[in-house]
Amino acid sequence: MFSKEVIDSMSNKILLGSKEIDIILHRLSCQLIENHGDFSNTVLIGIQPRGIAVLTRLQTILENENKLTNLAVGRLDITFYRDDFRRREEPLQANTTSIDIILENKRVVLIDDVLFTGRSIRAALTAIESYGRPSDIELLVLIDRRFSRNLPIQPTYLGKQVDAVNNERVQVEWHKDNSKNTIYLIQKNN
Amino acid sequence: MKQLSVPHLLGIKNLKREDLELIYETADHFKEVINRPIKKVPSLRDITIANLFFENSTRTKLSFELAEKRLSADVINFSASQSSVKKGETLIDTVNNILSMKVDMIVMRHPNVGAAKFLSQHVDARIINAGDGTHEHPTQAILDTYSIREALGNVTGKNVVIIGDVLHSRVALSNIYALKLLGAKVKVCGPPSLIPKHITSLGIEVEYNLEKALQWCDVANILRVQHERMDVKYFPSTREYTQLFGVNMHLLSKLDKKIVIMHPGPINRGVEITSDVADSEHSIILNQVENGVATRMAIVYLLAQQIKRE
Repeated sequence: MFSKEVIDSMSNKILLGSKEIDIILHRLSCQLIENHGDFSNTVLIGIQPRGIAVLTRLQTILENENKLTNLAVGRLDITFYRDDFRRREEPLQANTTSIDIILENKRVVLIDDVLFTGRSIRAALTAIESYGRPSDIELLVLIDRRFSRNLPIQPTYLGKQVDAVNNERVQVEWHKDNSKNTIYLIQKNN
Repeated sequence: MKQLSVPHLLGIKNLKREDLELIYETADHFKEVINRPIKKVPSLRDITIANLFFENSTRTKLSFELAEKRLSADVINFSASQSSVKKGETLIDTVNNILSMKVDMIVMRHPNVGAAKFLSQHVDARIINAGDGTHEHPTQAILDTYSIREALGNVTGKNVVIIGDVLHSRVALSNIYALKLLGAKVKVCGPPSLIPKHITSLGIEVEYNLEKALQWCDVANILRVQHERMDVKYFPSTREYTQLFGVNMHLLSKLDKKIVIMHPGPINRGVEITSDVADSEHSIILNQVENGVATRMAIVYLLAQQIKRE
């Protein structure tokens, strides 16, 4: 995560403020309910590390405001499934995976913050196979960076579409106090 | 972002504490992977690994092979008994022949001390030492300390006694290095003829009384008596060895605490350890075997990460 100083040092603009993020999260929750009813056969899987924040907030809304109990959730780390192993300057570091349920014949919703090239989602689709064969897999993202896909992957549920060029970066900043959540479009200096 | 400080795993002596911690952390993730319904990840699908065993091995060889396959590496196996080594080929020639088949990493067990280091200086591949003579067996020490960490939460500050044939044991030396690096207190216990003369210079103590050693320790790592490496008689009889240094339930029941029992295998039941101890709740011998795969996956993965793609 970028520190405030780093963000300040780069020219950036706010894409979404906390209120808009909140509205989007509520809309996404409603869309999920529309398609998944009581979630009895559905598993929500957050992609490590940044999809977890989105998952946690959606889970809170679904449980507290829509009174859905016994939501099945998991966290998936895709490090060992990435296609850029040994192609990066910096070594990859894994995060925890915790999926306590067999996904055979389940409906899986993968959750991430920003959809960019689609390569992380490709890795997640491979990783998820290790837990069985889901009946279907959907993708929920908060931000969809249009026209930047390297693979034929599209979200099922999306918060907002953004047009960003390659030297720009979409950065989602989560805070304990939800009223400070912000999504930035950051112009990289170099 | 962390990386191992060494290009090869030749021995624990060359490692830093941070290296061990990075391996444990990575092994935690792989332990989760090998408990999934599908126990395989595609990370090393473009890496080829040769397992060269110039000395017999069952556990280590299987464990490495499984670890490599779980990471999707291509694996070739080589045993000295079926090879041209018997026809007079030198180690470097054998290995260079294998390397010309485009191998990226070599796991080698060899009866000569320093064989892995020698290889690392002469061939262009990552080397993992799977045991060189009576010198080091780093992956065993890593899986042993990982198993202690798993059983007791931490290695630092724990009392560990290594019992038995320390003289011929590469497991003992690597374990001592690893345990000292992690801040454990170490004693060795065994017949004086099987304790190396200057072993205390490693910063450890020697205890000849098994009962006292067991009372002192949190973990007892029991070694096999390596008859195949004994050119002369080191003790009068196996029966006498068992009476003085065999760990049995009667000894454990006299302790005022529960200790963890480890053994790197293969076990000589009824010699250094009785069956009821080996199969008891004290024993984490089979956990060690499971952890062997996870820790070896971590080591292979972390070393492979350093191989740059051309």
